[in-house]
Amino acid sequence: MLEIKGLTKKFGSKTVINDFSMTVADNEIMAIVGPSGAGKTTLLRCITGLERVNAGAFYWNGKQFDPVNPDKNDTIIGVVFQDYQLFPNLTVMGNITLAPTLVKKLGADEVEKTATALLERLGLGGKENLYPYQLSGGQKQRVAIVRALAMNPKILCYDEPTSALDPALRDEVAQIILDLKKQKMTQIVVTHDMDFAKNVADEIQQVEQIQ
Amino acid sequence: MIQYIMQILPALLAGTKMTLSIFFWTLICSIPLGAILALGLVSNFKPLVWVLNVYDWLMRGTPLLLQLIFVFYGLPVIGIIFQRYDAAMVAFILNYTAYFAEIFRGGFQSVPRGQFESARVLRLTYGQTIRKIVIPQVFKIVLPSIGNEVINLVKDSSLVYVIGLGDLLRAGNVATARDVSLVPLVLVGIIYLALTAVCTIVLKMIEKRSNVWR
Ligand SMILES: Nc1ncnc2c1ncn2[C@@H]1O[C@H](COP(=O)(O)OP(=O)(O)O)[C@@H](O)[C@H]1O
Ligand SMILES: [Mg+2]
Repeated sequence: MLEIKGLTKKFGSKTVINDFSMTVADNEIMAIVGPSGAGKTTLLRCITGLERVNAGAFYWNGKQFDPVNPDKNDTIIGVVFQDYQLFPNLTVMGNITLAPTLVKKLGADEVEKTATALLERLGLGGKENLYPYQLSGGQKQRVAIVRALAMNPKILCYDEPTSALDPALRDEVAQIILDLKKQKMTQIVVTHDMDFAKNVADEIQQVEQIQ
Repeated sequence: MIQYIMQILPALLAGTKMTLSIFFWTLICSIPLGAILALGLVSNFKPLVWVLNVYDWLMRGTPLLLQLIFVFYGLPVIGIIFQRYDAAMVAFILNYTAYFAEIFRGGFQSVPRGQFESARVLRLTYGQTIRKIVIPQVFKIVLPSIGNEVINLVKDSSLVYVIGLGDLLRAGNVATARDVSLVPLVLVGIIYLALTAVCTIVLKMIEKRSNVWR
């Protein structure tokens, strides 16, 4: 269970998130929805430790943690960015195995085996040796999902997973997210797309722009 | 004619050796130094950025010829004495490091922030991020500009002539003056062309290899 308590985030004197709290239960899909500019991305960046919070605390199973200085041996949060941010200089396989081998010091064989299985599961079998530029948008997104999963996070977060995809692919992402839920993955989906949120989410958290 | 060419060729080749020695040592030292300086230039440590910018400005804002003369003829006035060859190396490395630093700075700045954040979320260290993600991308971005500087360096190396080092140009000039013949200078031109052609081919090969990804 992830708990966020009293999160406040300011950019200079501008408050973007004010005293925000939420709880994400295990194996649940939480959608965070709100209009553009409401601070959804900022919230996600706080959860992933890319932004420092002005106030607030994060708890994983009742134990406080600091997203900015995460525990070396334990990945709590994984992220799929809006624009995926795959590493263009590495193959699909390289993108996925880089962090597990360098950060978790896992053996290359073991990591590649896991990666191959994950790729297979997301319909990317046979794409191991392609470079990101050779993939479609939807494929890139799935590689980004596998890359995050390969670190074995407790929670997987998505920023606007449908924004760069055409409508046909929206259902595909929804399916992937729901499949991962079956595998007991807890997920947070940030989106401005209410329909999509209603499709996938167990719980919907609204955020509004602060005046 | 052939006989004359054979006669002056050893001197020209000896000069070529000097030219190549300056060329390679300058590249071997200046490219890594330039990359390190560029890391400083894109850092958030203001005093360092300021110092490096001044260095850059001095090196790129004055002629290399002046720097060469300054190191060899100027510095002895205040008691710093270099041998000819060392003076040439100091001037060339200092000068080219500044140019390479500027190229690498541009390269580092063109790697999107998102790449750093992506690596950060995967919990790579700064060093790992630089090595595995940033350097390969920067390398590809800067390759054409580095290539230009490499070609320039082949030709710039002839400036050492002014401090009396026996490089290719000097060897040709000596022979021309002695024998009152244009042949040595033509040969010098041909050798420079050959050197730049080899550089161009090698660079093209490297560029091609780096094109497996985009
Ligand atoms: N680094 C930043 N510096 C200053 N303001 C920012 C920064 N990032 C986001 N903001 C501001 O915070 C607000 C929320 O942005 P964002 O989190 O991107 O919203 P959303 O993702 O919901 O569209 C916007 O007004 C935006 O301009
Ligand atoms: Mg956003």
